[in-house]
Amino acid sequence: MANANGGKRPLSPHLTIYRPQMSSVSSIINRITGVALTLGFVLIIWWLLAVTTGGHYFDDVNGFLSSWLGGLIMIGSLWALCYHLLGGIRHLIWDMGYGFDLKVADRMGWAVIIGSFILTLIVLLSAGVFS
Amino acid sequence: MSFKTAKGRVIGLGSAKEGAHHWFGERLKAVALIPLTIAFIAIIAPLIGADHTTVTTALQSPLKAIALILFFVVTFKHLEEGLQVVIEDYVHSKGRVLVLIVLNKLFCWAFGLAAIFAIAKIAFAG
Repeated sequence: MANANGGKRPLSPHLTIYRPQMSSVSSIINRITGVALTLGFVLIIWWLLAVTTGGHYFDDVNGFLSSWLGGLIMIGSLWALCYHLLGGIRHLIWDMGYGFDLKVADRMGWAVIIGSFILTLIVLLSAGVFS
Repeated sequence: MSFKTAKGRVIGLGSAKEGAHHWFGERLKAVALIPLTIAFIAIIAPLIGADHTTVTTALQSPLKAIALILFFVVTFKHLEEGLQVVIEDYVHSKGRVLVLIVLNKLFCWAFGLAAIFAIAKIAFAG
C-alpha cells in the first residue's frame, strides 16, 4: 500500500511532520511495550519449563533471571507489563467513547506513565527484590 | 448487462460482516486481562529467583495454577492478535505479511501451549 497514491493523489501529513504529542507518544509506547513483552514471556515460559525439569537446569535458568542482565530484562518486562496494563485500560476508556477532551487525554497519558513506574516499584518492593 | 438492482449487487459485500464481532472479541480479551495480569504479577513476581521447592509448592495451588493457565490462554490470543496488527501496519509486501502472520500464529500457539503444559505438569507432579 506504500505506493497506493502513485504520486498523484494528495497525502495527509506523515507521522514525521507532526510534533510528538502526549496522546501519540503514550499510545506508541503501548504498542512497543506490547511487542517487547514477547521476550519477557518467552523467558518466563523458559523458566516455567525449567521448573518442571528441576535440578541444575532450574538453578541455571533461575540464576540467569536473577542475575544483573536477566534481572534487568525481568524488571524491564515488569515495567512494560504495568505500562501496557494501564495504557490498555486507557485505550478501553477511549473505545467506550470517553476521555477525548485534550486535557483529559493528556492527564491520562501522564497517569499511565507515572502510574507504570509506581506500580513497578510497588511490585518490586512487595516481591522483596530490594530486601 | 445485469438485471440485478443496485442493492442486490452490493448485499453481502463490504467490510461489516465480521468486523464488529472481531473488534468486540479483542476488547473482551483486553478487559479479561486486567484482573488476570494482576493475578499473574502477584503469583510470579515473588517466585523468580526463589528456590525450587518454594516455586513448586506455590504453583501447586489449584487456584494459582488455574489463574495462570487462564492468563496464558488469553494473553497468547491477545498477543497473536496484537502482533498481527503490528505486522499488517508496518510490513508492506503481501507475501511477507502472509508468511509473518503464519509464523506469528505458530509462535503464539507453541509458546502458549508450552506455558500451559509447564503449569499443568508442575501442578500435577511438582
